[in-house]
Amino acid sequence: MQLTRRDAILMGVGATFMTALPLHVSAAGEDAIAAFTGGADVGQGDIKLTAPEIAENGNTVPIEVSSETATEIMVLALGNPTPAVATFKYGPLSASRTASTRIRLAGTQDVVAIAKLEDGSFVQATSTVKVTIGGCGG
Amino acid sequence: MADGVKPRVKVPKTASAGEKIVIKTLISHKMESGQRKDGDGNLIPRSIINRFTCDFNGENVVDVVLEPAISTNPYLEFEAVVPESGEFKFTWYDDDGSVYEETKEIAVE
Repeated sequence: MQLTRRDAILMGVGATFMTALPLHVSAAGEDAIAAFTGGADVGQGDIKLTAPEIAENGNTVPIEVSSETATEIMVLALGNPTPAVATFKYGPLSASRTASTRIRLAGTQDVVAIAKLEDGSFVQATSTVKVTIGGCGG
Repeated sequence: MADGVKPRVKVPKTASAGEKIVIKTLISHKMESGQRKDGDGNLIPRSIINRFTCDFNGENVVDVVLEPAISTNPYLEFEAVVPESGEFKFTWYDDDGSVYEETKEIAVE
């Protein structure tokens, strides 16, 4: 088989894509987001994430999520060894789409809340939390 | 692993019909994340509560999937509406297959 100049360029382009793609997808946080949204676009809007700016102890960081029209809210800590934190599904008898809990954070990082709204769209809110002592026992 | 697991739930005793009430739940559980190592450098296997549900008279209020990033003694706070008198049922599902349950009566005045 003869390798023309054109073939060589195409192979080069292909190789670049092959290496760039896994790098992009390997971020576990993005995987978790894609699994939740099914690849849909995530906008800004009806979701509020309340988290402290500075948490002295990463073992127990209080957070609160709230939304007006969400049916499901997923919380992610992008800097943790496993980014997923919790997923709240609201049933017919929930009075409001809010929830508070306490989470572990391995270090200073972004906490993300993604809500699935009643109309099927997705919105997200991000909050950066500074952590003095990490909470994953490393 | 079911030793020392004790659910605690705070629900008002009475409410008016359709009122929004706040429910606070806590269960004592070590929530071993599976990331920590023991003295010999071996990983301590994960052992957490992985799901929590709250139902009122058979209708769902909230269904939560918990991951290792939830703190020890998982605490959850949320709001519910009570259309009539009845019973809240809280269920926690452990990684080891155990299920912990707690019920609370509420009267509508």
